[in-house]
Amino acid sequence: MTHTLGRPDFELIAGWIEPGHRVLDLGCGDGTLLKHLIGQRGVQGVGVEIDDANVLAAIRNGINVIQGNLERGLDEFADQAFDHVVLSRTLQTVRHTEGILREMLRVGREAVVSFPNFAYWKNLRSVLDGRMPVSEDLPFQWYDSPNVRFFTLLDFEALCDKMGLIIRERSVLDEEGNPVTSEVNFLGSLAVYRLTQNR
Amino acid sequence: MPGQSVGAVESQRAHFDQPLHLRSGGILPAYDLVYETYGTLNAAKSNAILVCHALSGHHHVAGHYADQPENIGWWDNIIGPGRPLDTDRFFIVGLNNLGGCHGSTGPSSINPATGKPWGAEFPIVAVNDWVHAQARLTDMLGIDSWAAVMGGSLGGMQALRWSITYPERVRNAIVIAAAPKLSAQNIAFNDVARQAILTDPDFHGGNYYEHNTRPVRGLRLARMLGHITYLSDDQMGEKFGRELRNSAFSFGFDVEFEVESYLRYQGDKFAGYFDANTYLLMTKALDYFDPSREDNDNLNTTMARSKANFLIASFTTDWRFTPARSKEIVSALLANGRNVSYAEINLNFGHDSFLMEDPHYHGVVDAYLRNIKP
Repeated sequence: MTHTLGRPDFELIAGWIEPGHRVLDLGCGDGTLLKHLIGQRGVQGVGVEIDDANVLAAIRNGINVIQGNLERGLDEFADQAFDHVVLSRTLQTVRHTEGILREMLRVGREAVVSFPNFAYWKNLRSVLDGRMPVSEDLPFQWYDSPNVRFFTLLDFEALCDKMGLIIRERSVLDEEGNPVTSEVNFLGSLAVYRLTQNR
Repeated sequence: MPGQSVGAVESQRAHFDQPLHLRSGGILPAYDLVYETYGTLNAAKSNAILVCHALSGHHHVAGHYADQPENIGWWDNIIGPGRPLDTDRFFIVGLNNLGGCHGSTGPSSINPATGKPWGAEFPIVAVNDWVHAQARLTDMLGIDSWAAVMGGSLGGMQALRWSITYPERVRNAIVIAAAPKLSAQNIAFNDVARQAILTDPDFHGGNYYEHNTRPVRGLRLARMLGHITYLSDDQMGEKFGRELRNSAFSFGFDVEFEVESYLRYQGDKFAGYFDANTYLLMTKALDYFDPSREDNDNLNTTMARSKANFLIASFTTDWRFTPARSKEIVSALLANGRNVSYAEINLNFGHDSFLMEDPHYHGVVDAYLRNIKP
């Protein structure tokens, strides 16, 4: 998946990150978010990426990128090495959901997670109409989707609760990237969370 | 192949009179280093890249000799105008390390003290000794700091060692298919290779030169063994499978399978030109390489001394220096907040992949070097 600047969750994430912070971007693509954060907020950034073409593009963009598979954990990173660990639009592609969330909060003080909301009303309507949803935030056909986990805001929050993760902040966006403030599990297409845990 | 070769090149020789004190306690009172350069050193002398060679390499890294058009440098495919090590931008230096057998002072050179080849008297040299000797060549060339020091395998270890020993003189280190130290299995392979040489009746305790002979059988076996470990099982399977030279079994010990033919050929070819004492020295340099030994085996502490930016690359099918070994280096650099990128390249040629021309592999090196400001 190629990141394009101006992606609404990127703007939100950038707003949560303070200048000079250490940022790890998991599934960093071509490094667009990190490049933006380094250029605009002076962060120290590292990305992890599995795809060859993205690794090459990230290096070309002058980003520190470590080629690796998130499913195998983050062994090369020390405990609490980062202020923020970002996982944007990737959690739904990871099988070891709890494992990656735990790893994020092992190597970072705070986890920033964005994901598409399966309960967004257009997705629900699509299923009621008998077809799997294809939308701005779920832009794949069922047979070529990298997504392996389909979940909603309420599902995610229940998992956080079960794992003892603390939701510090939540922003929900519609398909146009505008903020949604009511009926978020029904009207929100994309959710962005800031998570911590007690140590 | 994108880009061009550097074309005809010439090798040069530098003589150093200042004694070199070696890690082994030995001293080289004076020595020569042969080297080649490609491209042009800029006025600020800031665009120089040092390419370090691996076990059997030398100073002829790229191009060909005018009178030997077939003698092409061992890493020609990555060096030249428009290639990743772009000679339109960079000044590339390759040299033959001390203890080598391609012109730099080594066991087959004449020991001025005796007037005979050094042979067994040549002191054991360590990777850090090479780096110190390379630093003197760097001084001679008037280069304060390298834009990059780069190498694959044992060459990558020299790049790593440079970043630790001379942190102010390396702005980027490109470490490919290397490891922070050898494993027991790596050392074991090296020792079998050495035993093949040491037990050859023609070895004469290392002084075979004065017997007008060479331990060709031992060296051949050493190379055959080494060669197996540089290739991947899959690649050997694809290349040779169980193909027979003749269609039926001959139920004897002559060459039957194609893989036997290939290995014997490689062994013979290598034993025909390489010096056995150099092979012994190079494998010992590999075995002793362990920069974190002086830091209680804590590589994080060791890499804290480095200041360079790093590109680390490994190959998925390399079982001699696996990706996990490269990631040890990556982890130590990350722990110190160093700038590091790591590419795990899917190539089918085992450890030898680092010498192969591959668009993605070369693209990674090219992309990294394009962000270096000379």
